[in-house]
Amino acid sequence: MEFFRIHRTIPFMRHALVLNIISLVTFVAAVFFIITRGFHLSIEFTGGTVMEVNYAQTAQLEKVRSAVSTLGYTDFQVQNFGTSHDVMIRLPLTEGQTSATQSESVMSALKAADATADLRRVEFVGPQVGQELLHNGLMALLVVVLGIMVYLGIRFEWKFAVAGVIANLHDVVIILGFFAFFQWEFSLSVLAGVLAVLGYSVNESVVIMDRIRENFRKYRKADVHEIINSAITQTISRTIITHGSTQMMVLAMLFFGGPSLHYFALALTIGIWFGIYSSVFVAAALAMWMGVKREDLVKPVKKEGDAEIA
Amino acid sequence: MNRYPLWKYITVLVAVVIGLLYTLPNFYGESPAVQVSSAKATVKVDNAMLGRVEQILTAGNLPATSVYYEQNGTLGTIRARFPSTDVQLQARDLLDKSLNTTPGDPQYTVALNLLPASPPWMRTLGWFEPKPMYLGLDLRGGVHFLLQVDMQGALTARYDSLAADVRTILRDEKAPVRGVERAGTSIVAAFGSPDERDRAHTILRSRLPDLQFTESEDAGRPSLVGMLSPAAVTRVQDSALKQNINTLHNRINELGVAEPVIQQQGSDRIVVQLPGVQDVAKAKELLGRTATLEIRMVDDSPAAQSALAGGTVPFGLERYADRDGRPILVRRQVILTGENLQDAQPGRDSQTQQAAVHLTLDSKGARIFRDVTRDNVGKRMAILLFENGKGEVVTAPVIRSEIAGGQVQISGSMTAEEAADTALLLRAGALAAPMSIIEERTIGPSLGADNIAKGFHSTLYGFLAIAVFIIVYYHLFGMFSTIGLAMNVLLLLALLSMLQATLTLPGIAAIALTLGMAIDSNVLINERIREELRNGASPQQAIHHGFERAWGTILDSNLTTLIVGLALLAFGSGPIRGFAVVHCLGILTSMFSSVVGVRALANLWYGRKKKLARISIGTVWKPKAN
Repeated sequence: MEFFRIHRTIPFMRHALVLNIISLVTFVAAVFFIITRGFHLSIEFTGGTVMEVNYAQTAQLEKVRSAVSTLGYTDFQVQNFGTSHDVMIRLPLTEGQTSATQSESVMSALKAADATADLRRVEFVGPQVGQELLHNGLMALLVVVLGIMVYLGIRFEWKFAVAGVIANLHDVVIILGFFAFFQWEFSLSVLAGVLAVLGYSVNESVVIMDRIRENFRKYRKADVHEIINSAITQTISRTIITHGSTQMMVLAMLFFGGPSLHYFALALTIGIWFGIYSSVFVAAALAMWMGVKREDLVKPVKKEGDAEIA
Repeated sequence: MNRYPLWKYITVLVAVVIGLLYTLPNFYGESPAVQVSSAKATVKVDNAMLGRVEQILTAGNLPATSVYYEQNGTLGTIRARFPSTDVQLQARDLLDKSLNTTPGDPQYTVALNLLPASPPWMRTLGWFEPKPMYLGLDLRGGVHFLLQVDMQGALTARYDSLAADVRTILRDEKAPVRGVERAGTSIVAAFGSPDERDRAHTILRSRLPDLQFTESEDAGRPSLVGMLSPAAVTRVQDSALKQNINTLHNRINELGVAEPVIQQQGSDRIVVQLPGVQDVAKAKELLGRTATLEIRMVDDSPAAQSALAGGTVPFGLERYADRDGRPILVRRQVILTGENLQDAQPGRDSQTQQAAVHLTLDSKGARIFRDVTRDNVGKRMAILLFENGKGEVVTAPVIRSEIAGGQVQISGSMTAEEAADTALLLRAGALAAPMSIIEERTIGPSLGADNIAKGFHSTLYGFLAIAVFIIVYYHLFGMFSTIGLAMNVLLLLALLSMLQATLTLPGIAAIALTLGMAIDSNVLINERIREELRNGASPQQAIHHGFERAWGTILDSNLTTLIVGLALLAFGSGPIRGFAVVHCLGILTSMFSSVVGVRALANLWYGRKKKLARISIGTVWKPKAN
């Protein structure tokens, strides 16, 4: 089987300008939504209490709500979680109350309303922990970006490093934009997913850059435009197949992984698709705009490929 | 050309065998067991106990599959496996009843536990014994607490007692001072004249080396401001944290948790994880409880002795047992409490070299102690520890002479080990600084089992989908890739088991994602081989060049992914860490299995065929020449 019967080099870079403008618009939109809507942060970041309660029958959310509100809470959420039998209750941080008393009083109120209520999970996070997690998350992002730039800078060339990092940040910002727009819950595992996408999508750019460098060596007469086009054309089948395989795995997580892995898998899905797009159209095009040249990548003295014995 | 030297095949083979060996315990699951450990620092569990446990079980007609003793640091544990959970429960009850004869005051903790059910020959491998991965709380259920130690509280307490020390020292040296107060985290002493201040400064500098004094003016009066040196502050905080961890250990032992995790996190936090504990309320009550230490006088008078022999307790006295169970009558009047005890360290008597416990009292305690010891030379003094409302005499030494200065040494008739235990007990009795719960996570056991099932299923289905697709697309080379991928999982699981890493749900997600990404290396290789074939290379050449040329790309792309993994590891906490560990290890195993493992397969299959006409790698489509 062969999906890609490509007769000649596909002129990817012909439409680079249009696609880059589309990218820019998407990017700006994502930033706009992040700023205006903000994130629906999980309690890991905001602090508070989450309880997961299981009922023998379909849970009646109204009854649960009234049971919780009799305890004097006003700003709380009750929603189904996973199945109709599971209910998730989020309680805000309250001054002077410990998590112990909080979850116990809620649980006894729920038991009074329906004796089949069974506590599956409680999570309490104090306010100072959330601040730290946010700080650590941003630090991780910064170190990842710097690390990748340094590595690409050494291994390839600074133009590629900058292009690669911009392309990948573009992916990350767009994922974040999705989470802001749909107000999906942004938790620690989503953050892990987003950062994993960063690595994944750099990986993608590296494969193409590797090919560009190789082609610079191989086709000595071709111009930059053609080199980039041929590199992308030669790797496109690998790109699609690899991402298709990864996507299969991620879909398995999305469908069978249960609610805890749901948003993690969702972040990865968006990341994978934008990762393909950005490494094909954004990273290479940016390197092109920045004026990457054969001399940047091919050190003239180096002799390559001839010394092999077949 | 496509042949590996023998050692490379052997390397791959050895990796697979080791992988199988270490992954295996994860599939045997765990068998029900009961574990017996000490409930108090004063009670030891040793080899002798093993015989007793076996005896009780045989007498109760509850045969255990195996009973063995394990020493972990200074703590001994006895573990007994049982064929079924029914027998396990009965055995627990029987052991609990036979070992803890006084109800409400357990000597031993008898806890239900799960032990790896790997076959016996595996357990004979000693240090190399393969053990299953440790499951995180989100997979096995349990409670997780993050406790914040109030370091400011510990420091303030220290400054309070230092202020008292300054007063005592200056009074002893007859150095005039107007007043000594603690102001925030400093001590301010005011003097009548600069001369008085200079004199006090000289005295205090030599007597209290921990404090750094600076001279200043306070409301027009010459004064001294004392602050703890940074090293001393660290010391105070460290010992506060250590003492809190010790105390938590002692308390959690009472809960009967099989494998509690109590660890320092950062400079002022403690993580407590109690797998399998469902009674959160009890756990929290235990963590927050304060034990108290008291020093009282022992009544050894003939009247008291005869009352003791007759089994009565005279008025004004109380009866307590010491560590060996002998009853002692002590006065109700409390001389000192744990508040006055600053430190307790094991050591040796400077003259006799006997094992001893060195106590440091604060200045108030030292003053009282001096007065009491002066008036009671030749009598005994008891140090009592009250926990859960029940008191026990930790030690009851005889007073030889007046003890001044707050440095107390308890020695005589104890081994170095006993001295260490006593010191620990005295220190661990109370919390050094208040703590508050800043993070709590409770996961029910059913949710844990659900999470395992979901994580496992999604990985399995994802793997199957990839395998089917890749075999259909690349035929035999797809088969090689699939075997390589399976080898990757095997090595990854083996590595995680070897390192005894904690597997969490994000960790399972990372295994799945690593597999999804590891296929990239295989696709790169296979596509490269096809491309070489398309360009007219012979099959053997194509295999050779395919692997060779894909390697650079694989290395580059995996290294960038590794950078991300390491950054996550360095800055992540909780779920992110669990994800990052597996992710990083997975990148390494995937490089090995796809580059070395799959190559070995291809070489083994095709390498020796000299006139290889075609290889099974799916359709190699060639564009029509135009």
